[in-house]
Amino acid sequence: MKLDCKHVWDYISDFLDDSLPPETREMVQRHLENCEICSAILDSTRNILILTADDRVFELPTGFSDRLHARLAREIDSERERRDKPPQD
Amino acid sequence: MNFAGADSGVRDEAQMICAILAGDTEQYHALIRPYEHSVYRMALSFVKSESEAEDVAQEAFLKAFRDLASFRGESKFSTWLISITLNEARRRLRRQSILHMESLDEPTQDGARISPALLRDWREIPSEALERREVRALLQEAIDQLSPIYREVLVLRDIEELSIEETSAALAISISSVKVRLHRARMMLQKDLAPKLKRTTSRKRRWFQ
Repeated sequence: MKLDCKHVWDYISDFLDDSLPPETREMVQRHLENCEICSAILDSTRNILILTADDRVFELPTGFSDRLHARLAREIDSERERRDKPPQD
Repeated sequence: MNFAGADSGVRDEAQMICAILAGDTEQYHALIRPYEHSVYRMALSFVKSESEAEDVAQEAFLKAFRDLASFRGESKFSTWLISITLNEARRRLRRQSILHMESLDEPTQDGARISPALLRDWREIPSEALERREVRALLQEAIDQLSPIYREVLVLRDIEELSIEETSAALAISISSVKVRLHRARMMLQKDLAPKLKRTTSRKRRWFQ
């Protein structure tokens, strides 16, 4: 069976995840070898996902970690004080 | 570092959690350090500003501390932390009523096909391109513009590198929904970004040589 381009597009995500059944994967692979448009779509999608996952896209703001741990320490302390305080009658 | 990567190594998180619950709360700081970037990044993909994302991240870590006794150890600590962060981000969005009816409306369109951007060739864009603010901004905007049901799947799977099964558990949706949404999210990103990235990097191609 021969696949047309539109069907190949449906398989791009599963192809990248390597989760296609072997015979479908092979059909897609054969199509990609002969179709520059579909192989450019596959390459660009893969490339874009790699760039998106890079730590530099969403960097931590300066001082994030310090502020986080200071707040945690504050809240944890005050919760402990509340817990340890003897009950008032 | 992502959620998936932070678990590797020799940290015994179960033991750390036991110690924290027994009163050694100092260890909580060490427990969460590997996840700071991931939690922030997830928060930022839901809310619009950096300061709000920081707030969501702090709330999520606090909530995780308060609820630590209810962590059963059936899932990984990281997976549990993801659900807490997701809930915190969604709660924030609901409060701002940004979600509208989106989450009810959109899944019915799952069957529609997204056509990718058609290109004749693709020259690999190296990760050094991310040194440029312009390129980072393009990627952030593209993720921002996805609606929440696509964005959350993409962030968990492709940025935090969870497996399909872990993504399905974290979002409480079926594996086939994860796959369908992920496919659409990836195609939407390709459609939006491929032409823009091609333009911006070919114009400054010399930069990388």
